[in-house]
Amino acid sequence: MKKLVGFVVSLALALVIILTLNESALFPAFGEVDLAERISSQYFNLAQFEAVGSANIVTAILAGYRGLDTLGEVTVLFISSIGVAFIMAEQTRKRIELDYKANFMLRTGSRLIVSLILVTSFYIILHGHLSPGGGFPGGTMIASAILLLYLADEEFRSNIRGFKILESLAGTFIVVTGLLGLIFASAFLENFLPSGTIGELVSGGIIPIIYILIGLKVGSEISGIIDHFLSEEETV
Amino acid sequence: MIQYAGIALFVFGIYGLFVNRNVIKIIVSINVMEIGLNIFIISIGYVTGSSLAPIVSSTEDLGLVYVDPLPQALVLTAIVIGVGTTAIALVVAKMIHSQYHTFDLDEIEESV
Repeated sequence: MKKLVGFVVSLALALVIILTLNESALFPAFGEVDLAERISSQYFNLAQFEAVGSANIVTAILAGYRGLDTLGEVTVLFISSIGVAFIMAEQTRKRIELDYKANFMLRTGSRLIVSLILVTSFYIILHGHLSPGGGFPGGTMIASAILLLYLADEEFRSNIRGFKILESLAGTFIVVTGLLGLIFASAFLENFLPSGTIGELVSGGIIPIIYILIGLKVGSEISGIIDHFLSEEETV
Repeated sequence: MIQYAGIALFVFGIYGLFVNRNVIKIIVSINVMEIGLNIFIISIGYVTGSSLAPIVSSTEDLGLVYVDPLPQALVLTAIVIGVGTTAIALVVAKMIHSQYHTFDLDEIEESV
């Protein structure tokens, strides 16, 4: 009975959504978008005239034009990591025990793979203004390296205090960079460095700096969340 | 067409919210809804024919027609916030399990 009601209600909802979208003149058909009518064309024009320097326009929007939004987004992730730590707070914590015994090959091989994952993640973070990727994917890759170490080595325990310090420093430096924009330019998080040639590694003004800081912050936050999930109350 | 796929995923998620009484399955349903919405938002920025990623390699390239970068930036934000909410939800589910030793909401109501 519950399944039938749920099915009917969700089918009705799908019909309502599709009919409303088909009636609306603001909703374009798939692929028939005129970018000149949209806000995004402004960003392309601005990139042309002001020489933002970020080859990746998504990054230019995220860390440049809408940097304040990204600061709020990082704050949301910070609050959620605080929430995880708050709900699971116990006095004495130890990491959970694995069901299997990690042998020599698994431990050594995982260290090798972790170094490769870390190198790739830093590459992605550093090239966030040139290629797809950036701070958020790179940060989650750092956290995935920590997760691999947890799963492959039963002795491993990440330095959670170090991650907290790194996270706080990265967050502080993002705000400091924004305030420097207020001093040397006219607005919070405005670019005050030379933007350089588009497509080069050192270009884009403050966008790569902010994205590196975001990458470190996201990586340490998600690593902290993973550490909280993989630890449990000490049974005395 | 991909827009309808996004709407379909969203509705599947809502159906899952109606039917399931398991906390983990409810969280998965919310994530399916989120993925559907993300696909929908990405799809409204797609431009047929050009389908270039919004990455320019020099200032001359800026005249080309790219897909809309703004929905992609918004979806990047949405994914990150989805990760945060999912983490909180999973922690609450873990606390429920450590207290009642089950994920099923019906069994929890019986035991209370």
